Amino acid sequence: MTRLSKYHLALIGVAALILLMSLVRVASGQNDITSSGTFAAALLLAVPIGLAGLGGLWAERAGVVNIGLEGMMVLGTWFAGWAGYQWGAWAALLAGLLGGALGGLIHAIATVTFGVDHIISGVAINLLGPGITRFLSEVFYKDGTAAADAGAGFTGSPAITSPAPTPSLPLLSDGPDLLGKLEGTHWFLLSDLAGILRGLTHEVNVLVILAVLLLPLTFFVLWHTPFGLRLRSVGENPWAAESLGVNVYRIKYLAVVVSGAFAGLGGVFLVFVSSKYVEGQTQGRGFIGLAAMIFGNWRPGGLAIGSSLFGYASGLQLRSTGAITTVFLFGAVLLLIYLIIRVRRMLSPDRPAELAARSAREYTLMAAAAAGMVVLFWLWLTVDQLPNEFVYMTPHVLTLLVLLVASQRLRMPKADGVRYRRGEQH
Amino acid sequence: MPAGLNRALLTVAGAVVAIVLAVAISSVAITAAGASPLDAFAAFFDFGATPRAVSNGIAAFLNRAVPLFIAGLAVAVGFRMNLFNIGVEGQYRLAAIVAAYVGSTFEAPAPIQIAVIIVVAAAVGGLYALIPAVMKVTRGVNEVIATIMLNYVAINIASYLVRGPFAGQRAAGQLTTTTPQLPESAMFPNLNFLFEGFGLLPPTRGGGLWGFLIVAIVLGVVIWVVLERTRFGFNVKASGLNGPAALASGVNPKTMVIAAMVLSGAIAGLIGLPEILGDKGAFNSNFTAGLGFLGIAVALLGRNKPVGIAVAALLFAFLDRAQGPLQIANVPPSVITIIQGVTVLLVVVANEVTTRLALRLEERRAAQQLSSKTPVEVAA
Amino acid sequence: MSADTLATAKPAVELEGITKRFPGVVANHDIRITVEPGTVHAIVGENGAGKSTLMKILYGMQKPDEGTIRINGAEVSFRTPSDAIGVGIGMVHQHFMLADNLTVLENVILGAEPKKVGMLDTASARRRITELAESHGLRVDPDKLVEDLGVGDRQRVEILKVLYRGARILILDEPTAVLVPQEVEELFQNLRELKADGLTVIFISHKLDEVLGIADAITVIRRGTTVASVDPREVTARQLAELMVGSELPTPETRESTVTDVVTLRVAQVTMEADGYHAAADPAKLREEGKRLLLDDVSFEIHRGEILGIAGVEGNGQSELIEAIMGIRPAHGSIELDGQDISQWSTLKRRESGIGYIPEDRHRQGLLLEASLWENRVLGHQTRKPARSGIWINRRASKADTERIVKDYDVRTPGVDTLALALSGGNQQKLIVGREMSGEPRFLIAAHPTRGVDVGAQAAIWDHLRNARAAGLAVLLISADLDELIGLSDTLQVIYRGRLVAALDPSDITPDRLGGYMTGAIAGTEET
Repeated sequence: MTRLSKYHLALIGVAALILLMSLVRVASGQNDITSSGTFAAALLLAVPIGLAGLGGLWAERAGVVNIGLEGMMVLGTWFAGWAGYQWGAWAALLAGLLGGALGGLIHAIATVTFGVDHIISGVAINLLGPGITRFLSEVFYKDGTAAADAGAGFTGSPAITSPAPTPSLPLLSDGPDLLGKLEGTHWFLLSDLAGILRGLTHEVNVLVILAVLLLPLTFFVLWHTPFGLRLRSVGENPWAAESLGVNVYRIKYLAVVVSGAFAGLGGVFLVFVSSKYVEGQTQGRGFIGLAAMIFGNWRPGGLAIGSSLFGYASGLQLRSTGAITTVFLFGAVLLLIYLIIRVRRMLSPDRPAELAARSAREYTLMAAAAAGMVVLFWLWLTVDQLPNEFVYMTPHVLTLLVLLVASQRLRMPKADGVRYRRGEQH
Repeated sequence: MPAGLNRALLTVAGAVVAIVLAVAISSVAITAAGASPLDAFAAFFDFGATPRAVSNGIAAFLNRAVPLFIAGLAVAVGFRMNLFNIGVEGQYRLAAIVAAYVGSTFEAPAPIQIAVIIVVAAAVGGLYALIPAVMKVTRGVNEVIATIMLNYVAINIASYLVRGPFAGQRAAGQLTTTTPQLPESAMFPNLNFLFEGFGLLPPTRGGGLWGFLIVAIVLGVVIWVVLERTRFGFNVKASGLNGPAALASGVNPKTMVIAAMVLSGAIAGLIGLPEILGDKGAFNSNFTAGLGFLGIAVALLGRNKPVGIAVAALLFAFLDRAQGPLQIANVPPSVITIIQGVTVLLVVVANEVTTRLALRLEERRAAQQLSSKTPVEVAA
Repeated sequence: MSADTLATAKPAVELEGITKRFPGVVANHDIRITVEPGTVHAIVGENGAGKSTLMKILYGMQKPDEGTIRINGAEVSFRTPSDAIGVGIGMVHQHFMLADNLTVLENVILGAEPKKVGMLDTASARRRITELAESHGLRVDPDKLVEDLGVGDRQRVEILKVLYRGARILILDEPTAVLVPQEVEELFQNLRELKADGLTVIFISHKLDEVLGIADAITVIRRGTTVASVDPREVTARQLAELMVGSELPTPETRESTVTDVVTLRVAQVTMEADGYHAAADPAKLREEGKRLLLDDVSFEIHRGEILGIAGVEGNGQSELIEAIMGIRPAHGSIELDGQDISQWSTLKRRESGIGYIPEDRHRQGLLLEASLWENRVLGHQTRKPARSGIWINRRASKADTERIVKDYDVRTPGVDTLALALSGGNQQKLIVGREMSGEPRFLIAAHPTRGVDVGAQAAIWDHLRNARAAGLAVLLISADLDELIGLSDTLQVIYRGRLVAALDPSDITPDRLGGYMTGAIAGTEET
C-alpha cells in the first residue's frame, strides 16, 4: 500500500469515527461524548500516557525492554514538583526531564553494561523510584524547612509557581468563542466537530503543544535520520549493526536515557495537571504508556491513537459518569459494522479456496461477534453508571484484547529484550 | 573442591559484596540527609526498650517475612523457567478478597474453615494466572505485558468488590471499606507460645506471631522438593535453561507454561492470607499492597531458590521492621526502600558478573584438568 | 587479466604468523596466507579448524595475540570492524547480518548513511545502490523489507552492503551453506563478475567441489594452522580432503551387511507445509495449488540393523524431516515404528517407545549447557529408568549411569558434576551419543553426529554407530559429510527441495556423483 492511500484511509477513518460519535451522542443524549470539556480533559490525560509511550518506543526500538517507565515517571514527578515550586514551570520541565533521564541511565547501566535481564532491571527501578522520591521528600520537605512552610509534606510538594501560559485560538475558541457557541447548539455533526476542535484549542498549555509535537519529532528522528536508522537497526539486529561499525552500546545508552527523559516528562505533565507533586500521582500511567505503545505496534502513529483512546476514556468518565456507558453502544455499533462486512464478504461469489476451508472458524467468530453485540447493547440499556474501577481498567483490558486478537500481527523489534554483548554472536 | 560448591561460594561472595556496597550507598544517602549512618544502623537492631516491645518487634519482623517469602516463592516458580509472572500482585489481591469473602459466608470447625479459605485463595490465584498462561500458549502473547495489564485489572476489581458486592458492615466512624468479618474459627492460632519457650513475653500487637509461619515453612520445603527433586522440577529447569532442548527431550512447552504459571499463581494466592487469618480477619481497602512486586525483588535476591528466598525475605522484613526506630533516630525511614532497591539492583548485577566468572572458571578448570591427557582442541 | 600483471602487484592480503588463543584452547596458530589481488582465494578446512576465528581477526572483530596483517602491502592493526571497513575489507557473514524489519536500502546504508542537512538522503542512496546492483549484476529491490526476501536475495544484499562501503576485498564465510544449487551458481556468477572488476574475494568453505569450481588459489587450514597452499588446477577433491583431515580418508569399506528383513521405521507420504500446519489440508491439493512444501511426499523404510543415510545440501528439508519424525512439528502422512502408527504421538511418547535422537545442533537442542553432566544424562530420559523413580528424579542412579557413559564412551571430564559447557565439542557429543544409546533405542536419528568434533572423537562415534547397527539398531543418518554418509550407510537417499529424489547404493557411488544428485544436476534416475 502506498503512503498516499494510507494517508487517505486515515482521513476517512477519522471522519467515520466522528460521524459515529455524533450518531451515538444523538442516540444516547449524552452531550459529553463530544463536548469540548471532555476533549480538553482527554488531551490533558493523554499527554502523560503518550510521553511514557514515547519513552517506551525509544528504548524498545533500540532493543531494551523498559518496564521501568513507571519508576522513571515517578522520578520525573518529584523533580518537577521540587523545581516547579521554586523556579516555575520551565524549571519543572527541565528537572522532571533530568530526573527521568537519571532513571533511564540506571536502567542503561544495568542492562547494557552489565547485561542484567531487562525485565528484572525494570522491576528494580520501579521499586527504587518511589523509594528515592519518598526519601527526597523526607529530606527536603521535613518539618521546619522553607518548603514545609510553603505547604510541602512527605507526600507532596508546594504548588508550582508561574504556570506556563495557556493560549487559545483567537475568535474561534476565545473572545467571541464561535466554536463554543456552535457547540452549545447541539446540532448533529456540526456541534460535535466544534466541540472537538474547541476542546483541543481552548486554553491549551503551551507545554502540552510542545509535548504533542514530540510525537512527529520522534517519527522524524527515528525514521528519517541516520541516527534513527542506527537506533532501529540496534533493536532489530545489534550484531548486524556492530558488524557495520555502529557503536551499539552508545546507541542503546542514548536511547534508554532519552526513554527515561520522556517518561520523566510524562511525570511533569501530571504535576502540571494537579499543579503540584503528589506522592503516587502516576497511578501506573507508565504501564499504560507501555500498553499504548504495544497497542500502537511500536510505532508513533499507533501510539498516538492508543494514548488518545485511553485519554479519552478517562476524560469522559471524569466529565460524566453516565456518558461512559455509551461506550457499550459504540462497541455494539462497531461489531455490527464488522458483521456486515463479514457477511458481505462471505456472500461474494469469488472467494479464494483457502478461505472456504476456514469457514467453521469464521462462523464461530461471527457468532461470537453477534453475541457480543447483543450483550453490549443490553448493557447499554440496563447499566446507568459504570463504577470508576471499570473505567480505570479500560486501557488494560483493551490492550489485552488487542494482544489476543492481533498478537501475530504485532511486530515488536526483533532483538527487543535480547542481551547483547560486544563480539558475542548469538 | 566440588564444582557445585565452588559455584555456590562465588554466588554468596557476590551477594555479600553487593549488600556491602548497598549499605555504603545508603550510608552516603543518610549522611546527605543530615543523619548519622551509625544511628541508622543502630536503629535497625533496636527492637525496643521494654521486653514486651522486643517481643512485638520480633513478631512484626517475622510476620512481615512470611508473606514476602511466599511471594518470593510464587515468583521464583515462574522465573525458574524464564517465565516472568509479574502478575503476582494482582493474583494475591484478588485471591485475598475472594477468600476473605468466601470464608465469611459460612462457619465450620476451624481446620475445615481454614482449609477452605486456603484452597479458595490458591484456586483464585491459580485461575487468574491461568489467563496469561492460556494467552501465551494459544496466541503467543508475552506474559510480562499480559500480567502487568492483568495486575491493574485485578486491583480495580478488588477495589470494586470491597466497596460493592463483597462489602460488609462498616463500623461507625470507620473510613475504610471492608469485607465481612471472618468467624472466629477462621483465625489461624498464633505461635506466641514460642516466645514463652525462649523466656520472652508474648507479643501483644497485630495478632502476635502469626501461625501462618508454619504453613509458609511447609510450603517452602514442598516447593524445594518439587523444584529440586521431582521430574516436574527437572522439566522446569530444563525449559528455563534451554527451551529447544527441552522440547526435543519430550517436554511439552505448553503444558509446562500452564503448569508453572498456575502453580505460581496458586502460591501467590496465599500471600494475603497470613494477614487476614492472623490479624485482620477481613480484606479491607487499605490491605497491604505491593507484596507482589517485593516478591519479585525477594526472588531475585534469593536467586529463585527456596533457601535463598527465605534469607532474602528475612532481610527485607528485618529492614522493614525498623520503620519506627528510624523515625525516632531522626533518619528518614524511606532509606529502607532505598537499601532494598539498591541491594536488588546490585545483587542482580553481581549475579550476572559471578555467573559469567563461574562459567569461565569452570571451563578453564576443566581444560586444565584435561590438558595433560588430551591434545589441544581447536575451537571454531 | 593476465597472470603477469598479478604477479607484480602487491598482495591484497598478507597474514603472517597469526596466533589467537582462547582460555584452554589455541584457535589459530602461526597462520600464513597470501592473497593476490583480483583473485578468488579459497580457505578450506573442517568445521572447527579455525577458519571463522581467522576471518573474525581479519575483519577486526577479534584481535590476534601474535602476528601481522598487511593489506595492499601496508601493515594494519584493527580494533573494530570499522577499521577493517576503512581499508576496504568487507565481510559477508555465514549467518546473515541483516535487520529483517528494515528495507534493503536501510540495511545497505546502515553505518555509512548519506546525509543531507542531517536527514537521511534516501534518494542518492537509492541511486547508488541501483548503480552498484546493475554494474555487478546483483538485482534486488531496494525498498523491499528484508524479511520478505529469499535466501539468495539476502546474500546479494549482504554483498551490496559490502560494495556500498567501497570494499575491494570481500570475505565470504561459508556463503553456499544456505543456498540451493541454482543460487550457488548465481552466486558464483556474481563472484566472477566481481573478480573481473578487479575485486579480491576470500572464500571460506568446506565444500571441496565448490572450491575447486571457483577458486584461483586455495589455502588449507587444519587444527588452527595453515598446512598447504595449492593450485586448484593441480589437486583433486580427494587430495584436498586428505589435506584437510590430515590423514588418509576412511575409505568406504565393504563390510558385511547386518540389514534384516524386519522394518523398524516406515515413513509414508510425509508432507509439511511451509506456512504452518493445517490439519484439514489435503497434501495432494496443496501440491496442486503450488504451495511451498518443506517436505513433499517423503516415504522410506529402515530395517533392523540398517543405517539409512540422507544426503542433501543443508536446508532441503532434513531438519523438517527430523522434526516430523520426533513429533516436534506436525506433518501430514504416516510414521510407523515397528508396525505401530506413531504419527499422532507426543515427542515424549515417541522417545519412550524407543526413538533416540542425536540433534544436529547440540548446543541448541541437545544439551543444557549450564547444567551438570548427570542432569544432561537425564534430559530426554526423565520418564525412564534409571532417571525416574515415581514422580522423583533418581539422582544417585542417574549419576551412576553417567559415570558409566563417561567410562564407556570415553568422555573426558573432571567429573559428572561438571557443567556441560566446560567440555569440548567432541566430549559433549560423545556424552550425547552415550545418552541416546542408553535408552536401548530401536531407532536412532543421528543428525551430523560428528560435526565440529575432533578426529579422535569422530572415529569413536562412528564405531559406536556401527556396533549399535550390528546389534540391530535402525539408524537414520543425516550428514553433510559425504564420506561419513558413504562410509556408514547401508542405503543412501538423496533429499532435494523436500523430496527424496534418488535411492543409491553406497558401495558403488563416488562423492562426485552423489554431489550431482544433491545439487539436482543429475535428476530423478533411481538406482537401487
